[in-house]
Amino acid sequence: MTYIKVVATVARLRHTSAMLEIRDLSLSVTIQGSSVEAVSSVSLQLEAGRVLGLVGESGCGKSLTAQSILRLGEHQGVRKSHGDILLDRDSLFEMSNETLRRMRGGRIAMVFQEPMTALNPVFSIGSQITEVIRLHLDMDLKQATARAVALLTDVGMEDAEQVLAQYPDALSGGMRQRVLIAMAMAADPDYIIADEPTTALDVSVQKRIIALLLNLQRKRKLGLLLVTHDFGLVAEMCDDVAVMYAGQIVESGPVSEIFDQPAHPYTRALMGCRPEVSEAGHALPVIGGQVPQPGQWPQGCHFADRCPLAQDDCKQAPLAANVWQENQHIARCLHVNTAAKG
Amino acid sequence: MNVLEVNGLNKTFAAGGMFRAVGKAKWAVNDVSFQLKAGETLAIVGESGSGKSTTARLAMRLLESDSGNVLWGDDDVSSLSGKALRQLRSHIQMVFQDPFASLNPRMKVWQTVAEGLRVHQPSLSQQQRRQKVADTLLLCGLDASGMDRYPHQFSGGQRQRIGIARALIVEPKVLVLDEPVSALDVSVQAQILNLLKDIQRVKGLAYLFISHDLSVVRHISDRVAVMFAGRIVEQGTAAELFAHAQHPYTHALLAARPIAHPRERHSIAVDANETTEATADSGCAYQPRCPFATEACASFDGKLRSQSGGHDCACLHPLLIHD
Repeated sequence: MTYIKVVATVARLRHTSAMLEIRDLSLSVTIQGSSVEAVSSVSLQLEAGRVLGLVGESGCGKSLTAQSILRLGEHQGVRKSHGDILLDRDSLFEMSNETLRRMRGGRIAMVFQEPMTALNPVFSIGSQITEVIRLHLDMDLKQATARAVALLTDVGMEDAEQVLAQYPDALSGGMRQRVLIAMAMAADPDYIIADEPTTALDVSVQKRIIALLLNLQRKRKLGLLLVTHDFGLVAEMCDDVAVMYAGQIVESGPVSEIFDQPAHPYTRALMGCRPEVSEAGHALPVIGGQVPQPGQWPQGCHFADRCPLAQDDCKQAPLAANVWQENQHIARCLHVNTAAKG
Repeated sequence: MNVLEVNGLNKTFAAGGMFRAVGKAKWAVNDVSFQLKAGETLAIVGESGSGKSTTARLAMRLLESDSGNVLWGDDDVSSLSGKALRQLRSHIQMVFQDPFASLNPRMKVWQTVAEGLRVHQPSLSQQQRRQKVADTLLLCGLDASGMDRYPHQFSGGQRQRIGIARALIVEPKVLVLDEPVSALDVSVQAQILNLLKDIQRVKGLAYLFISHDLSVVRHISDRVAVMFAGRIVEQGTAAELFAHAQHPYTHALLAARPIAHPRERHSIAVDANETTEATADSGCAYQPRCPFATEACASFDGKLRSQSGGHDCACLHPLLIHD
């Protein structure tokens, strides 16, 4: 027992040096002139070499959380009201603008959802990739071009040299997403944040982009944060999962445990309404009601108003993130045992 | 009785555009035929560019076909235009993919939903129109109290319900649903799919369901037509097709479905660097991507042939052995 504890502590110590950590982060946004909390006490740990899925419906704060890692959205009125984000123990909120600029894309890169809008239509693919490379690495145009060819080859583009001369409109959605992944890899980052990277693509193209991201992630020991609403994608890619609902993490743990034994009623409901796990021809299970808007969250459990298992105690006071815990698997729910039986 | 029938539809688009030289015409839809009965759902599946949305638009007479004919019930509408066509349009209505782009932000909900009535039931008074809107919204699971609000005050799922109400208000026999749930969250998607099933049961509507998501298609459709490069390459009942797909392309589509549990990982090897999106210009269009292609495929006519199990497949080497 003690031995296991020591090993665990050593492992944790080692990991704290190579980790992206969101610690007790609360974010507020401005809605009609007043500031309301949109993300509430979120804690996440992304280790190098692992894939973490952040799952939830639209409007639950998952993209806001992910973007705050690069401190994006601040000019749109997103403010940190509490907590911190640490990159190898350095706070992102204490970084100078210069350090921040080098960190974005250099240490942590982002792959966006819409490959159609994330590329600038009036610049060639080559000029857009070499721009990123030269921002971060000390290279002249010739070296940067050579690197761009290597990057595009890495993401599976044939005739990479020809692609450099092309403009985004000449490429299909899947090809553009490959270009965006190549751009994210340009400065050899340690972490990638991918916000719904395959949602806009055809199914068969989705599968290949997933395989590509996983290959790169393993080869370069990247920490990958995958933001998605799709449990199929989580099943395919993630080592760990955090489920978000109305600004809070309601459940997190290793992927196999989340799928084998989802603890939180919201996780169970979200998994249950996928058509791929339902019986053809039968009505799909649904979650009644809607995600409450920021500013209209209930005082206790945020899911209580939609939860089939909710009781009076759920609505009285805010719940801790680990009200229920089994090893690494935690859930913000007072009635997990009943949930598991249901 | 068939409520919708199309025979031998063809459509080509000129390649190129404003800034490019006009190239060879490209087949968008090539010899497509299907029938749709009352109360039935036919899904058309395929990747972007396979011609599924073009087929739907041809069937709705929103696009002019180069050849082939379209029947709405007993009416051959292939050669109709103008007012004659407009008066028959209440037979077939459409629900669009993007609930944010398909509603006019400056029109109140009731005005949007009631618009079709101006053409199809012009004699109704304003009060009668509002009553009809309220009834239709209710059928779509929306409270009538929202009808004087604007679209931005509704969520994505609610907007899609408004889009469905707009299509239903003229009492069509056929709804064309172009990726109606692919822009929605899974939980909302489930609600809309259930709603569509309920409405179909109550009204006996026929659905032409356009989608690239096979999990959704398996859930909602009675029959499935798989399109590739403008042609239907395989069609049959949903149960038959999902259990005994014969065309290599259908197999590839099925293999690309999302998995349900992490333990199913690596069950199918995917080549990440497989980037070919090519199609062949002559013979079977799927040749460049097909693992089973032979020389004979280069001169294949691409026509559907009936196979065992009561479904049709356009392939010289259908996969008849199933594991």
